[in-house]
Amino acid sequence: MNLVDLKKKLIAAARRHPPVDDVPYGFEKRVMTRLVSLPRPDEWTLCVRALWFGASVCAAIALLMAVWFFAPVSEPDTPSFSQDLEQTILATAGDGESIW
Amino acid sequence: MEPTDAELIAAVLQGDATRFEPLIAKYSPRVFATARRYARRESEVEDIVQEVWFKAFQKLSSFRGEAPFEHWLMRLAVRTCYDFLRQHQRRREATFSELSDPENDWLDQFVAAPEEARDDAAAARELIERVLEMLPPAARLVITLLEIEDRSVKEIAELTGWSVPLVKVRAFRARAEMRKCLERIAQEKYL
Repeated sequence: MNLVDLKKKLIAAARRHPPVDDVPYGFEKRVMTRLVSLPRPDEWTLCVRALWFGASVCAAIALLMAVWFFAPVSEPDTPSFSQDLEQTILATAGDGESIW
Repeated sequence: MEPTDAELIAAVLQGDATRFEPLIAKYSPRVFATARRYARRESEVEDIVQEVWFKAFQKLSSFRGEAPFEHWLMRLAVRTCYDFLRQHQRRREATFSELSDPENDWLDQFVAAPEEARDDAAAARELIERVLEMLPPAARLVITLLEIEDRSVKEIAELTGWSVPLVKVRAFRARAEMRKCLERIAQEKYL
């Protein structure tokens, strides 16, 4: 079976039969009835929700910072940047002395 | 003279919810046609379209009017359909041994003489529906938009809210998934 051709045929079949756009009778009336009956949150509710959201974000950040601050820090095995810099500068100075 | 979409939207935002009804009446055919691409049962289609209109009503204040209302609404519709697909991932494990007689006949005809298997046959339409139902939600959405509706990658990115590279990756995976489904048809039927 040629799968490429089969795919083309099936896609062509789907293109030839676009779905109908019929709308059930009275659909917009039904939606409007439900929309009007939906509880609409007042400004205070929205404000309180936003404050709770902000508070939870702040708590999460504080928790992460606490974990990071109190977590045991292991000493790195490699020499620090200052040691590297010192070695590099002294190495150059050593070369200079040998020249002079 | 009929009020424009912008006038209706402004009236709704000022508190006159009844002005939303003409928008529902005007654009529901398009939303129903979109929903019918992803749901088979008419009750599911109606639930999707209702959900689209509820979201549109609740988020209307976020519509900035830079693009036509229809574009904004269709983005909502496509994303709601995608949510529906993710919530109803059923029949994915079904086998192709459940093919109906007309579908089997159409496949037999395709194997015998591919050029004579008509793509306007109802059986072909049923078969592609079955294949699409077997795909994961993202794959189904991409195949529908890209291959069946013939939309560009950029359009799909705008409709779905995915980035262009993500659409391309998902399109690549979706085609591979579809190929696997068709291979399963061939294996289960002819091996």
